[in-house]
Amino acid sequence: MSLATPADIGPTEFLAARARWRPVEIVFWLAAITPYFIAADYLQLAGQILITGLFALSLDLILGYAGIVSLGHAAFFGLGAYATGIASKHGWGEPLTGLLIGGLVAGVVGFGASFIVARFRGLALIMITLGLDQIVAEAANSMGWLTGGADGLQGVKTWPILGLFRFDLYGVTAYWYALIVTFLFFLLVRRMVNSPFGLSLQGIRENSTRMLAIGARNHAHVRTVFTIAAFIAGVAGALLTETTETVSLETLSFQRSADVLVMLILGGVGQLYGGLVGALIYMVARDQFSDINPQYWYFWIGLLLVAVVVFLPNGIVGGVKKLGGLLGRRGT
Amino acid sequence: MTAALSAKGINKRFGSLVVAGDISFELPVGERCALIGPNGAGKTTLINLLTGMIEPDGGEIRLGGEDVTRMPPQQRVRRGLVRTFQINSLFPRLNPLEAVTLAVCERRGESRDFLSRLATKREAIEEAHDILKSLRIAHVCYRETRELAYGQQRLLEIALALATKPKVLLLDEPAAGVPKEDSGELFTVIDGLSRELTIFFIEHDMDVVFRFASRILVLVGGRLLLEGTPAEIAADERVREVYLGKAGHG
Ligand SMILES: Nc1ncnc2c1ncn2[C@@H]1O[C@H](COP(=O)(O)OP(=O)(O)OP(=O)(O)O)[C@@H](O)[C@H]1O
Ligand SMILES: [Mg+2]
Repeated sequence: MSLATPADIGPTEFLAARARWRPVEIVFWLAAITPYFIAADYLQLAGQILITGLFALSLDLILGYAGIVSLGHAAFFGLGAYATGIASKHGWGEPLTGLLIGGLVAGVVGFGASFIVARFRGLALIMITLGLDQIVAEAANSMGWLTGGADGLQGVKTWPILGLFRFDLYGVTAYWYALIVTFLFFLLVRRMVNSPFGLSLQGIRENSTRMLAIGARNHAHVRTVFTIAAFIAGVAGALLTETTETVSLETLSFQRSADVLVMLILGGVGQLYGGLVGALIYMVARDQFSDINPQYWYFWIGLLLVAVVVFLPNGIVGGVKKLGGLLGRRGT
Repeated sequence: MTAALSAKGINKRFGSLVVAGDISFELPVGERCALIGPNGAGKTTLINLLTGMIEPDGGEIRLGGEDVTRMPPQQRVRRGLVRTFQINSLFPRLNPLEAVTLAVCERRGESRDFLSRLATKREAIEEAHDILKSLRIAHVCYRETRELAYGQQRLLEIALALATKPKVLLLDEPAAGVPKEDSGELFTVIDGLSRELTIFFIEHDMDVVFRFASRILVLVGGRLLLEGTPAEIAADERVREVYLGKAGHG
C-alpha cells in the first residue's frame, strides 16, 4: 500500500506503522463470526472455507512472500489429513494433538523436500513440486492397508475438544474450531511476514541474485519457510480429517493443488488475506453454481480467473486495497 | 601489509572467446583503483569472477590473504567483498528503507528471526537510515524502489552494498546512465566513504577517472594492457590508441 506518508515520521515508526492492524482487518475477522448468527445452515460450508483458507494461506507464505511457485502443495495437506486420520483410527482421536501430528508429519516431509526446493526456481520448481505431490498420492493409493486406498480411510473418530465440545451434526463445533485454529495460524503468519525474516523472503521474491550479492542466506530462508508452510498445510489437512471424520485420496490430488492456487490468485498473491478471501469466493461460488448448473461450474470459475488476472494484478484483495487507497486519499 | 584483494593469473574463456587472460593485480587497503577499457573488454566479467558469480578456469583470488577462489558469492560478501551492478539490480517493490534494512539484518544475523516485528530491530533500521542519509536518498526512502528516479536508484545500488559493511567495494559503472553533470556529485559521495574501504571502480568518463582514482588498470580484450598512476596512463601512447583515441563514450 502506498499511503501518502508525512516526511517527518521516523524510519522505525514508519515500519511499525506498516505492520499495525487496520480497521478493515478487524472488520474482516468480525465478519468471520457472523455465519454463526445469521447463516446457521451454512456453518458446515463456513468451516470448510476456513480450512481451505488456511491451506491457501500456507501457499501464500511460500508463493506470495518468497516467490516459490508450487503446483503440489496438496501433498502436505493430504499428509496432514492422513497422519491425523490414521492416528485417530488406531485409537488416538484427541483433536489438538491430532493437529500437531498432522502438522509434524507434513512439516518433516516438507523439511526434507525443502533441500531440493531451495536449489530451483521457475518451471523446474513447478515440476518438482508437482512430482512430489504425485509421489505422495501414488504412495497413499498403493498402501491400501494403511490408508484405505481408493475407498478412503474409514473409522476416524474425533474426541470432544478438551473433553468438552463434541463435534455435532450441524457443524457448529467444527466451525468454531476451524475459525479459532485458522485465526491463530493467521496471527503467526501475519507476524512472520512482518518480521525481519519476512522481509528477507520478499527480497528473495523480488531479486534472488541481488540477495546473494548482499550476502543473504537464501537457501536457509527458503528451507525454513517451506517447512513452516508444509506444517501449516498439514494442520489444515488435519482439521479437515477431524471435522469430517474421513480422509480420501482427493486430499492429495493434483486437482486440490491446482484449486488452491486458483483461489490464491483470485484472492490476491502476497496480500496476506488473499487465500482466505479466495477460498471464500471460490467455495461460495461453487456451492451456488453447482446447484444451478454443475457442468458449467468450471466455465464460470475460468472466466473469473481470467478477468481477475487481466484487471486485478493483485487479486481481489489488491483491488480492494487500491480502491480503499483512492477513497482514503480523496477523503483527506 | 597484505593486499585487501589480489588476483593471480585469472583465466576465463567463453567458448573460444578469452574474456580474462592471465589477469594479475593487487589492491592495497584503502586504494581507489579504476578499471578502464573499451566496451566488451571483460570488465564486468572480471567483477563477476572476483565476486564468485562466475567461476574462473584458473588462477587464484585472495581476500585479505585468504584464498576465496572457490568460495560461493554470499560467503565472500560476508567476508567483505561486495559489488554493485552496471544494470540496476534492486528490489522493485520494496522501498529503499526496507531494502537497506534487509541487508543490515542479514549482516547482523537478525534475518532468521521470524517471531519479532521488524520495527523491534531499531538499531538495524537506524543504521539503514543513516546509510541512506549519507547517500542523500533518505528523503525518498519510503517510496517503492521502482518509483524512484534513475539516479536515486544508482545511489541505492551503493547503499545496499554499504549495508554489508564491505572491506573491498567493486563498483561496476556506478554512474552508468547518470547525466554527466550529476556523475561528478555521485563520485564525490563515493570519494567521501571511509578511507579504510578499498574501492575498485569501472568508469568510462576519463575526467572522473583522473579525478578520483589513485591508480588505473587498463583492460583490453580480456588482458591487462597496463597499470599506473593517472599521469602515467594519460601519457601512454598505447592507451591513447586503443582507448582514449576512439573514446566513443560520454
Ligand atoms: N555469460 C556469457 N557468455 C558468453 N559471453 C559472454 C558472457 N558474458 C559476457 N560475455 C562476453 O564477454 C565479453 C566481455 O563482456 P563484459 O560484459 O565483461 O564487458 P565489459 O568490459 O563490462 O563491457 P561494457 O563496457 O560494455 O560494460 C563480451 O564480448 C561479452 O559479449
Ligand atoms: Mg560492463
